[in-house]
Formats: sequence, C-alpha cells, structure tokens
Amino acid sequence: MATATPSELHPVGAFVPLPFRVAERRQDTGDTWTLTLEPEESGFAVEPGQFAMVHVFGVGEVPISVSGPPERPGDPIVLTVRAVGAVSGAICASELGALLGLRGPCGNSWPIAEATAGDVVVVAGGIGLAPLRPVVLHTLAQRDSYGAVSVLYGARTPADLLYTDQLEEWRSTIAVDVTVDAAEPPWKGKVGVVPKLVATAEFRPEAVTAFVCGPEVMMHFTVQALRERGVPDERIMLSLERDMRCGIGLCGHCQLGPTLVCRDGPVYSQADVGALLGVREL
Amino acid sequence: MESERSVVIAPEALDDLIGALRRRGFRVLGPTVRDGAIVYDELDSASELPIGVTDRQEPGSYRLEERDDEARFGYAVGPHSWKRFLFPPRITLWRAKAENGGRKIEEEPPNETQLAFIGVRSCELSAIAIQDRVFIGGKFVDRDYAARRDGAFLLAVNCGEPGANCFCASMDAGPRVRDPYDLALTEMLDGEHRFLVEVGSERGADVLAELPSVPASQSDVASALAVTNDAAARMTKAMPQVDLHALLAGSLEHPRWDDVASRCLSCTNCTLVCPTCFCSSVEDTSDLAGVETARERVWDSCFSLDYSYIHGGSIRASSRSRYRQWLTHKLGTWVDQFGTAGCVGCGRCITWCPVGIDITEEVAALSKQEEKSHAATA
Repeated sequence: MATATPSELHPVGAFVPLPFRVAERRQDTGDTWTLTLEPEESGFAVEPGQFAMVHVFGVGEVPISVSGPPERPGDPIVLTVRAVGAVSGAICASELGALLGLRGPCGNSWPIAEATAGDVVVVAGGIGLAPLRPVVLHTLAQRDSYGAVSVLYGARTPADLLYTDQLEEWRSTIAVDVTVDAAEPPWKGKVGVVPKLVATAEFRPEAVTAFVCGPEVMMHFTVQALRERGVPDERIMLSLERDMRCGIGLCGHCQLGPTLVCRDGPVYSQADVGALLGVREL
Repeated sequence: MESERSVVIAPEALDDLIGALRRRGFRVLGPTVRDGAIVYDELDSASELPIGVTDRQEPGSYRLEERDDEARFGYAVGPHSWKRFLFPPRITLWRAKAENGGRKIEEEPPNETQLAFIGVRSCELSAIAIQDRVFIGGKFVDRDYAARRDGAFLLAVNCGEPGANCFCASMDAGPRVRDPYDLALTEMLDGEHRFLVEVGSERGADVLAELPSVPASQSDVASALAVTNDAAARMTKAMPQVDLHALLAGSLEHPRWDDVASRCLSCTNCTLVCPTCFCSSVEDTSDLAGVETARERVWDSCFSLDYSYIHGGSIRASSRSRYRQWLTHKLGTWVDQFGTAGCVGCGRCITWCPVGIDITEEVAALSKQEEKSHAATA
C-alpha cells in the first residue's frame, strides 16, 4: 500500500487562488474598468488570448480575459472588465489596494506565432477588444514580423469605445477602423456594424489571419464577411464565451458539443467550431 | 476467472471481512436499507447489509420487497452510487480570512481516511473508471477526488439479480466484473448459500487470508459463472447496438428532442443518480463582516437553467436543448472530451426519472427515425 498520505501526494489543489492587489484602476466607459493587479507573492505568465479566473472574496469568481498579459510570473496583470453581474460588478468596484484572488493562466492562446510573415486583421466588438489587445500589442512590438495589420473595432455608441487614447496611438503604426452602431453629433466617424468594415480592410485574403472576438452574432456576420473576401475558415480565429465555474475542464459548464471551452479554447478556428456555433442552444 | 486463486466463503465470513477492513483503518461503506431504499452508508457489521431484501424497479418506480432467501446482494443498484464518496455532493475547497491588510487563504485538507467500498457492481467499477478519466486522467487533477480515490479498497460483487432497468450487458459494462478490484464476490444461492471470492490484488489476498475459507471446486466456479451468465440472459433492456457517437452527432435537430422535452421536467434527478455525471458549481459564503469567507463546490446539473447562464441569458433556455445536451454528452461528446462514453447501463436515470423517461427508448427513437430518413433519401 502507498506510504505517502493523500495530502503529500497532492500538495496543492487547482482551485486555490493567488492573492493580487489592485495597483491601478481606470474607468474606460460607463460600465467598464481596466485594473492593473500586482501579485502579492507569486503570479503567473499569460499568453495572449488566455484568461484568468478572478475571485472576489465572499462574492464569487468569473472568467476574465487578460487585456495586458504578464510575460513573467511576477509581472502585473491587466484586466478589462465590464460590470454586468454581481462578481464583475464587484471586480470593477474594487478600490486601489483591494485584494482579489486569481487562478490561471486558463485556456489556450491566439496563434500569433503562426500568423508571422502574413497579414493580420483584428475584428472586435465591444468588450471583445480586451482579449484582442495583447494581439495588437504583439504586432506593434514585432511590427517587422507581420505584413499589413489592421484593427476593425465596433461599439454600440461612441461612449462605449474602449482604449480611445490607445486607438489613436496605434493609428500611427497600423490601420485602425472604428465604427459605432448608433451616434449623435459631434461623432464624425462611421456608423454601422463592425462586420461591414471587413470589405474595405487592407489585407491579402490568401495571407491573412483574422482574430475575432465579440458577441456571437457579430462574430457570425464577421465570418461571413471574411469568407466573402476569400479568407479560409482555418485562418479565422474566434474567442468564445461560455459559463465557466472551474476554468480547468472539470465542472462541465463551458461545454460546446465535443469541446470544453475553458480547456480546449477559448480560441478556436471557424473550421473547428463553425458548425457547432450554427446549432441553436448547443 | 482465476480459479486457482478462488476460494469459497460462507455468508457469515462477510462480517470477518468487514472487521478485517476496519482493523486496517478503512472507513467501510456498503449497501444498507434506509427510508425504503438500498443506499450506501458506513457499515459496522455485515448484519447491516440488506439481508433478504430485493428491489423492484420500473421506469419511474423503485420498491423494496422481501426475498424468500437470506441473500446479501440480491438486488440491483439503488439511488446512491459510489460517486457520493469519491466526489461528494458538497465539499469546502478553501477558506480565506482577512488579516493584517491581507487575506490568508487555506485550502481544505484532503480526506486522509481510506475508503473501502463493499458490493461494487461491475457497472459501478466502470463508472469509477470513467470518473477517474475526468478527474485525474487529464492535465488538471481534482485534488479532493484524487485523495479519496487513492487506495480505496474495492470489494466487487458480480450481479445475479439485474433490475428491470439494467442494460449493462449492452454497454459492455457487466454483469461480470472486469475492471480492477481488490476482491470480487459471487453470491451463490443454489444449494448451500456461499460466496466465490476472486482475488484482484495483493492487499485483497491479505484481507482474504484472515477469513475462514475453502478452495473453490470446479463446480463452485461453474456455478459462479452461471450466476452472471443467467443475469445477462435475464436482462430485458438493451441500448440499441449502433454507433452512438455518430448517431448523437447526427441527431442535433431531431424531432424526438421536442417529444422528450414535452415529458422531461428538468428536475435533475437523472444527473444526480448517475454514477458518472460530474458537473459541479461553486458557492461562496461570507460572515457578516466579510472577514471570513469560504468557497464550496456542489453538484450541479446540465438540466438547470443557470448551468449555461452567461451575461444576456442562458445558452440552453429550452428543456429540449438541455435534454439534448445531457444525452448527447453522455453517449457522444463525452468520448471527444475524455476518450470514453459516459454511460454504464446501470438504469438509475430510468428508475429515478419521475416521469419514467427511458434512455434506451430515446436512443431507439433517434436511431429508428434516422433509418427512416435515410431510407427516404436513398
């Protein structure tokens, strides 16, 4: 019989969060905040596209995509969170110095290395820009490794646009095209849904990788527009949202047919999940 | 069957067996009668087994009856499965306490008491093997499950009394045990009441050595084999023998889902009694000052509306989609996710469904209609 006790065999469980402290806090829009969190003891490195399970003590835990990934375990982590529920609301309301619990990194990442040498088109709807920001930052940092890079971004109204100062900065190096669903004066920009920007974006369909995140209906029409341009399904990458309670493939909540979104995703190609997303209520 | 290592013990030796396990520090768990059902609970002695009791199961019905013998294992499986001890309905994951401007997070220590399961049926060994793949077979290990599972003593029992809802033979999960066990019993009621014991591990042999036994004769071995052969022959239900993975993947828009949804109450009973269903949720508690908080994990079910809730609404708002999720996962996509199907043919979901929905009938309907539509397009 085994001589080691269970607690010796299994020293630490995957459900225990690491403490992080709120170091910076910025309101992006009426309901969205960007928080910079510093690990109290040890943190973790995150690849672009991965997410963290973020815990508010006594309230609950939700999956949050990382908008500013730490390259090394001790680096701070940046999260952009929209206050839509009890937990996300409590995260956004966290004051400077507040303690949150984080588990991660969870899930897979955007295939940015595979996109090297080709063109990149980032298509984001609303808070969907948050998990795509690391892709944009990567292409800016490695500008010579990529061909044409464009960001197509849509929000409901001008007041809902995230990272407006950064969008201006990015414009000096890469193409940035912004649209809103509805606007009043003095908005002089585009009005319309984001998939409409795909038709005029600068990229070579045979050499582009598309990185897409937003509401599922927005992703559906973005895929149609990309297909019309001749982009193959294998190079249309989508980041999906599902209910997640464990973040490590054990609780069942994030199932999408054969796949567990927290374990196998959240990033998939349209070739992998297009048929599944087409089934209502799957 | 390893006849050379098999021995025969008398029914009275079961008490010695439980004693031998308790002396080794095991928490001995086994079947006993409570609240009109055979449930699994802690056993102090073999007299607590359901002696001379059987169960009569039908879709949506479970009743205990007296037998005309003193059989110890003369029944099929009840509402409990071993999952309630390996993956308990509610556990604390960790506690956190605010102190000195920080928060001290303490993981709940794992279970250190070794468990011994008495009377594990073949379908249940298969179910444990399936949950092993889910909880300890992948990249992330469920520490609590692993701790409970490590060193658990499995005393298996070959089935001689299949229930009316059993279909393990068609799922290749019984009635004769095959998956790893420590000791396996076959209860023989022909002639003298006795048990054939087969040894599956060294520690099983150690325990057995403490019991009064005699070597098994050729006729004992033959009679034990007849018990399970007879049980297989008496099993009336069967899962249709089709490629279930392909059938379910190709049936996502089948009209049968509307039909079953008109009967299904979304009560979650099937998922709670299922020995392989592993879905869970988490709950957070706090004292009034928010100083001490705790996180608990609880069983969850894909039949609840909250199960698939994300901002904006539930992905699976209709009971049609929720039943489809359960059945498609159980028999189909479970294979994609964990390399094995999630059904062992124990029949619990049929018995404990308040409206008697029968998983084998639903699959038969899906496969029959598929044949029809194929015929129409041919």
